[in-house]
Amino acid sequence: MRQDVIYTEELTKKFGDFVAVDHLSFNVQEGEIFGFLGANGAGKTTAMRMLCGLSHPTSGKGFVAGFDIFRQSEQVKKNIGYMSQKFSLYEDLKVWENLRFFGGIYGMKSNQIKEKTESLLLKLGFQNERNALVKSLPLGWKQKLAFSLSIFHEPKIVFLDEPTGGVDPVTRRQFWELIYDAADRGITVFVTTHYMDEAEYCDRLSIMVDGKIKALDSPTNLKSQYQAQNMDEVFQQLARKATRKDS
Amino acid sequence: MAIVSVQNLNMHYGNIQALHDVSFDVDEGEIYGIIGPDGAGKTTIFRILTTLILADSGNAIVDHLDVFKDYKKIRSLIGYMPGRFSLYQDLTVEENLKFFATVFNTTINENYYLIEDIYKQIEPFKKRRAGRLSGGMKQKLALSCALIHKPKVLFLDEPTTGVDPVSRREFWEMLKKLKRQGISILVSTPYMDEASLCDRIALIKDGIFMKIDTPDNIIKSYSETLLSVKGDGMHKMLKDLKGCPFVKSAFSFGDSFHVTIEKDSSSDQLNTYLVQQGHENIIIKSIPATIEDSFMLLANNK
Amino acid sequence: MLIVLIMPIVQIILFGFAITTEVRNAKVAVFDPSCDIETQRIKQRIDASSYFTIAQNLTDYNQINDVFKKGKINIVVVFSKDFANNLLHTGDAAIQIVADGSEPNQASTQVGYLSQIFASYQQELLEQYHVPFRIVPNTKMLYNPQRKDAYNFVPGVMGIIMILICAMMTSIAIVREKELGTMEILLASPIKPIYIIFAKMIPYMVLSLVNLTTILLLSIFVLGVPPGNLFWLVIISILFIFLSLSLGLLISTLVSTQAAAMLSSAMGLLVPTLLLSGIIFPIESMPVILQDISVIVPARWYITAIRKLMIQGVDVQYVLKEFAILSIFAVILMTVSLKKFKIRLM
Repeated sequence: MRQDVIYTEELTKKFGDFVAVDHLSFNVQEGEIFGFLGANGAGKTTAMRMLCGLSHPTSGKGFVAGFDIFRQSEQVKKNIGYMSQKFSLYEDLKVWENLRFFGGIYGMKSNQIKEKTESLLLKLGFQNERNALVKSLPLGWKQKLAFSLSIFHEPKIVFLDEPTGGVDPVTRRQFWELIYDAADRGITVFVTTHYMDEAEYCDRLSIMVDGKIKALDSPTNLKSQYQAQNMDEVFQQLARKATRKDS
Repeated sequence: MAIVSVQNLNMHYGNIQALHDVSFDVDEGEIYGIIGPDGAGKTTIFRILTTLILADSGNAIVDHLDVFKDYKKIRSLIGYMPGRFSLYQDLTVEENLKFFATVFNTTINENYYLIEDIYKQIEPFKKRRAGRLSGGMKQKLALSCALIHKPKVLFLDEPTTGVDPVSRREFWEMLKKLKRQGISILVSTPYMDEASLCDRIALIKDGIFMKIDTPDNIIKSYSETLLSVKGDGMHKMLKDLKGCPFVKSAFSFGDSFHVTIEKDSSSDQLNTYLVQQGHENIIIKSIPATIEDSFMLLANNK
Repeated sequence: MLIVLIMPIVQIILFGFAITTEVRNAKVAVFDPSCDIETQRIKQRIDASSYFTIAQNLTDYNQINDVFKKGKINIVVVFSKDFANNLLHTGDAAIQIVADGSEPNQASTQVGYLSQIFASYQQELLEQYHVPFRIVPNTKMLYNPQRKDAYNFVPGVMGIIMILICAMMTSIAIVREKELGTMEILLASPIKPIYIIFAKMIPYMVLSLVNLTTILLLSIFVLGVPPGNLFWLVIISILFIFLSLSLGLLISTLVSTQAAAMLSSAMGLLVPTLLLSGIIFPIESMPVILQDISVIVPARWYITAIRKLMIQGVDVQYVLKEFAILSIFAVILMTVSLKKFKIRLM
């Protein structure tokens, strides 16, 4: 029986009268690749921010990596990794400097950082780029680096917010290979994406509509449930019913 | 008759060569797609064609006018939707529309029929400030503002980036309707699935146009044997496929892998190999290529 | 980066050595109908002091107003007739100090120093002759008899407001369009770039005119500052507004973020205006090099002109120099800025 890395019960977030996230109850198990899908405005980003300890829920419960997101948000932050679409790398620092910086933030010791830097550079094939400024790297490389940084401190779970936006198809797949690797090592991956083919790479996924989770299952099960050929069709069927249409 | 004609365009920024000798034509009334990832040079092309920057060398003609000499005339007959949202965040939807109508010496009513379908969707929010709209709504507003003066050519730079699949689909429906009104559209996108919605496309990577043709022709000219492979233990299967001596390429494509094999090998051989590696429930099919497959093949062969 | 390290050094040097409210080399005009040995001695002591230089000898009392208006004289000393005689026989001789009340702070300081000079001469006489002679100056503050401080800062405030609103805000407004990306769409449209510029400048011009009116009304009716030559005051203010707008436009062509626009306006315009235009620190007291720099601070000329027009109430011919300089500045700046305004993104 695998541990729940994320557990929520009736998690809700209101902004005034507007219910952005409506009584979310779901869980994510250790080592899963969990896809968190939904149209713009459905409440995905708000939900993710709560899970990352960045925003307080209005009501309900949530536990990430074993810590209460409401009362122990600082511990939550220490035990998760996060990568946003905007990469969160320092463009005018070198590759190794970024690694040292983020390692330090997460409390890694310097010999640990050195070791992991070497193995990471080797794995990504970046040994020659160690002294390159991040801003000089091509987009796909930056993303791979950003992802590797987000799991540098071996967190229990990593949150990826649309990590492959605008990247060429080959690099996207290389990116997902890194994700598979991380999952194999036991790191849970919580990812949002607009690429429906990436939805298929997930073990399970949820689709949010109007602040609620309207579907939660493996891609295979969802496709048979909605009699769809691929995840794009499933998504279209669910999202079309949205009342909170692009407001 | 070409409404946009580009010859040997070159452009560099600092040390980076953004465009290498780019040449292409857009016919009147077609939807022409420039397909490629970020950093490929798409935005640079758009900025040159909308007369906002000057290329290092080469020619560009829009509606028989030269982008360098006749930029003033060009600016009155094009509509432009730049990569990121560039409307006035603190003006309302209505005010933005009125502003751009005035800028182009027209009124909202004059060409309303053109934007009616699009605008109807955001009309309920017409008194809301543009900055408070969701991504999909902002796009619709930006498109309306670009169309308000009935341009001859519409330049759309990544209009669907970061937008969910439903809104993306709706957006392309709108483009098709515009085409029927006789507006030529040059659009760029990183989403390969949108490529098939264009009349012709150009695949671009690192400032080079790899191929220009209709989507169908590009798919037909795919020179490899393409197989779709799936089975139990997908993670391990990818590694095994890559380790297979007669597999040329193997990439994840949703719930299966797209695999190309050497000319003299067969799918049966592949099946045998995978069984040997311990996989079960293997399904191998021969499939037609998609634009994405073509892109990846071209990109790897470069 | 260097700015952060060098600024403090520059400031210490400026404030410590160069910029001071002290009086130095103030120009004195003397009206001396007596021209006797006592007045000679007093004049020598005035001239010898580092605070003063005797620049002119007047021949008529009525010339005083004129020399102040011309702006070359800071303070006037008037001796009574038969000074030496009166001193020796009544022990009491009349000296009048006529100060330029349009700069009350400076005037007070100058009066103070002059009084000291007289007092120490009085002391000298006492030691020499053992007779308590009295040389007590009678002070008259021209243009500002009640020594209102408002006279000091109203011209300064006018200058600063124009720079802030016209230069800083205009530059920020234009750069904001660049930063947010709306400039891209505007440029790709048939709008002539000159209209974009007008559209940005006109609101701030209107605002400045409103502010000008408000400041004038408040100063005249609430603070009691005389309106002086109102017509030319307004004309020269409009000229200065135009100049500041050009400065704003120029800055906007040089920077690409709002933060940079704000910083450039603050460091490049506001600070020099505050320090070098004569609002707070008298120009004459600055070391020559700073005086030279202050020549290119437009606000200096505006404020000088305002002081004369408003407080001294002079006729326009006395401010022709300032008018000319401001006009030349305005034309040059506007031309350069328009040329630099890019009709393309790069």
